[in-house]
Formats: sequence, C-alpha cells, structure tokens
Amino acid sequence: MAELKTTPNIAYADDFYADLLAVHEGLSEKESEALNARLILILSNHIGDREALGGALALAATPK
Amino acid sequence: MAKIFDTPLYPYTRSPDQEETTPVRHPVVVIGAGPVGMAAAIDLAQQDVPVVILDDDDKVSFGSRAISFAKRPLEILDRLGCGQPMVDKGEIWNVGKVFFDNRRIFEFNLLPEDGHKRPAFINLQQYYLEQYMVDRIRELQVKGKPIEIRGNNKVDAIGSHTDHVTLEIDTPDGPYNLEADWLIACDGAGSPTRRMLGLDFAGRVFEDNFLIVDTIMEADFPTERWFWFDPPFNRGQSALLQKQPDDMWRIDLQLGWDIDKEEEQKPENVIPRLRTMLGDDVKFELEWVAIYTFQCRRMEKFRHGRVLFAGDAAHQVSPFGARGANAGLQDTDNLIWKLKLVIDGTAPDSLLDSYDVERVYGADENIKNSSRSTDFITPKSKMDRTFRDAVLELAETNEFARPMVNSGRLSVPCTYDGSCLNGHDEPDLPEHTRVGGPLVDAPVGKDWLTDLTGNRFQILAINSEVEPVEVNGVSADVLKVSTADAPLVGERYLGGADAAVYLLRPDQIVAARWKEAKPADIEAAMNTAMGG
Repeated sequence: MAELKTTPNIAYADDFYADLLAVHEGLSEKESEALNARLILILSNHIGDREALGGALALAATPK
Repeated sequence: MAKIFDTPLYPYTRSPDQEETTPVRHPVVVIGAGPVGMAAAIDLAQQDVPVVILDDDDKVSFGSRAISFAKRPLEILDRLGCGQPMVDKGEIWNVGKVFFDNRRIFEFNLLPEDGHKRPAFINLQQYYLEQYMVDRIRELQVKGKPIEIRGNNKVDAIGSHTDHVTLEIDTPDGPYNLEADWLIACDGAGSPTRRMLGLDFAGRVFEDNFLIVDTIMEADFPTERWFWFDPPFNRGQSALLQKQPDDMWRIDLQLGWDIDKEEEQKPENVIPRLRTMLGDDVKFELEWVAIYTFQCRRMEKFRHGRVLFAGDAAHQVSPFGARGANAGLQDTDNLIWKLKLVIDGTAPDSLLDSYDVERVYGADENIKNSSRSTDFITPKSKMDRTFRDAVLELAETNEFARPMVNSGRLSVPCTYDGSCLNGHDEPDLPEHTRVGGPLVDAPVGKDWLTDLTGNRFQILAINSEVEPVEVNGVSADVLKVSTADAPLVGERYLGGADAAVYLLRPDQIVAARWKEAKPADIEAAMNTAMGG
C-alpha cells in the first residue's frame, strides 16, 4: 500500500497536458466523457494500490 | 399433462387440534411451506423436534421462481435428504457469456474445483425443489418423525408472549387457535407475520421493471448463462437467458421504469419481444410471465422473542446472483441446531441471538453484492452509465476490465468472521477453511467430507489422536482422517502443517481449529460455540 503522490511526478508536464487535450480534440461532449471514463479505469488499474486510489478519489472529490 | 403446480400436494384435512376447546401447544410452528419453511421443518423433524407447518395454500409455488441453486445450499439439502433428486434433475452449468450490443465481449467459467461432491451451480425450477421437499416430509412421516404440513391453514393473527406465541388460523372449516413455544416465519417477502407484528422492512427499491418469462422451446443454445447489456433486441436495457430442465428457458428482460405493467405482460406484447430475441425459426410457448421490481432490504432483527424470521421474510435481494432461496436455506441451516439446543435446555436462550447476528451479517453481504450488481446492470445516473459502458467497451479486448463487469455475483456462502461463537483460530492453517467458514468438501476414501459431517458437533482430527468431548450433555464425536487416504483434506485443511484438529458445528461451520488440541481446548471452544 502506498500513499497518493501529491508532488510533481510527470517529466515534461506541459507535453503530457498537451497530449491529454489532443486525444479529446474533435470529440463531442459525450465522446469525451466516455474517453475520460476509459482513461480513469485504465489508470486506476495501472495504479492498483487501493490506498493511493482512495487518496485520489478523496482529493478529486474535495480538491481544496 | 397437469403441471406440478396445479396439483394439491398437501390438501386440507381437518386436524384433531381443531376439535379442542383449549388451543393445543406445539413446540415449533413454521409459517410457510416454501423451500425455507420446509427446510426448517425437515431439519427439526430429523432431530425429533415436533413441528407443524402451516401454509395458506395447498400446492407448490406457481411458476419457476428461484431457479439457480449453489453448491453450499445443495450440501445443506443433502443433509436434509433432498439433494440427490435436485442434482439428478437439475441442469449443471459452468460457463457464462456476456454480450454488449451485438458482440460477445467475454465469457467466464465457474471452473469448479475437483474433489467436491456437488457442482458450483444447478438450474432447477423451484417447484421441483418444493416437490422433493414434500416427498421428503412424507418419507419422514412414514418413519414416524413428528412433522406435519397443514394446507389451507391461513394465519390471521399472531400474539407474541414471553414464553410462547398464539396463532389464530383460518381454514375451509372455519377458524381455530394454536399455541407454539417457538414460531419460525418463512412466509416470503410480503410476510404477513411481519405485518401482523408491525415490524419494519427497510431498504432500497430500484426504479426498474423486469419482465420474467419461462418459455418452453426446443433450442440448441448450450447450457450456459447468457447476459446481454444493451442488445439490439432490447435497446438500452439488459437481458438474461438461462436453461432449466424440461426444455424450459428463463428469460429476463429489463423494461425500464415508466411502463404499463398490465400491457407488457400480455402475450401479444411478450411474444414479439421474444421473437426479436430468439429469431423467427425458434418455436416456443409461454409457461409463466411476470413483472418484478427490485428491492434490497432486510428486517433490522431476525429474532423477535419467540418469533424467528428466515428467508425472504427476513431479507430480500435483487435476483441477479441467485442470493434469495440460496440465502434462505443458509438461514435455517444456521438456526435449527441452535433452536434444538435451546429447546433441549443444553444451551442458553441467548444462543438464538447469534442466529440474528450471523444471518444479518450474511444478509448484508448478499444485499451489498446484489445492490452492486443492480447498480451496474441498471445505472441510475448518466455518469453511472458512462462508466458502465466504458467498462464493457474495455472488457472486450482488455483483461483488466473484466473483473469489473457485473452481471450478477453468484451466491457463495459467507464466513462469519468475528462471530461471538467463534473459538480459537490458527493463522498458519489455510485461509479458506478458517474459523467461521462453512466446511469445504473433499473426498475421504469413497466418501465425502460433507456426508460424514453435520447434524452434531464433531471433531475432525486430521493425522491426530483426540478423544470425544462432552459439554452440557452434548457430545462431539471424532472423525479421524488420515491424509494418506484423503490427500485433498490435507491440501484444504492443513496447508503446510503436519496435523490439525477442527471443531465443526452441527451446521458444518468451523467453530475452532488448532494444530494440536487438548481436550480442555476443545471443550472451551464447544462451550463458546454453544453460546456459553
């Protein structure tokens, strides 16, 4: 079990952010929502660790 | 041919109790001659506790109703003498296929482990089970066992007292009264007993309707469970197809919330739906059509003094996962040995409180699983559906998403972790045979462990020498097993250890276990398991 990382962890963050926007380009709102849902599931499985996932859910639900 | 459910199996006959001016007192009365009520009564009669079943009808239930029976309930039915005809008649299945739109996205195999007497699942119409249970009751009667089933005896009023219960019963000959030391209410989800006693039944109602159809057809579909999400023949909804014996097929079609229930049940509306699903070439006829909504709820307590609730009367779940009748049979399995000890005066009355604790725990596990299946099958918000569809979309080519596909989590028995009846546990021994769990079957020579145990406390001595023990006049005999004759017992109960001693309750739940046990250890654990 591992705690959720909340310090910067992605090299070239601007590149990743651009990639994230790029996969949504030209999609309808519904298609984008579906893509986001798939992405969340794929990333969640990759993380696997329930403590980290729980931390991510809690942080996303109350971002402040 | 007359159907089973058209024939009175326990027609009304006048009981001598009806001639008495003072109500006759019985040790135990069971209300409801469904599978759960009959299981309770058979279990009592086998142990020579006199029991009377009252039912407001005289036939088995109409339509197939519960159709999937899991391994543990089959083992319980074996102990009650009704397991073999079930398995002889039932359809054994292991493979489930899941479809999304018009694609098969994956299939699962229940992959039953070798070395168990009973299969993971069989499909069988509930009326067959009820008939086998009535047959068993008749067989017990021939053997002189104290069991009675009174048809067309409708309970109209119940009085609950400190040490007994009074019953006002209506019959074709008019009313009469009875008293019972103990009352077991197995009168279904709409339990009149619960209503008459003014007891709660809180939970969730799912806003959806399902059309359920039993149809007789000669089709070459395999004996598998097929589940569709959003199929072309039922857009935006789900569907389930399962085989039963006698060329009978169960079809469940989700219809949504805003429908006209009367209209949807009419053959002229049902038949075209099935035609689209099955194709034009398949010949079928309708046997039973019903519409149901899902509820997941339970009573706060299953014990109310001298009244004990079991089965759907105590808890109700959605049908996905086959957790209704299967759970009910586990209720009475848990209850009856305790009631017997309390009636005999060998255990304190408080032992019956552990029925409430353990079966509420089981019901909560079933409600949790059943609610989650229902949330997946009938997403309640737009975002729920987005995630659901994303899982289904990914599952076709990505193995990781398949465990999230939830078309019903099929009934498995719970383990009573933390129960007040649990004794010593030995963490080095295998986890799946831990204290609080049901006996895991294994072959022992030509026998089965499930057949060699049950109905009494027992000490399973594996590669060990122990003596029988006695607590409050209740004895536990020793079943000696050598892993030389039973290698799977070694695998399942010893893990890496050389020897072990397991104490089993009469319902085949592991009460305690040790690598080595002194008589005093076993007596202490048995005392705990008897509520001492």
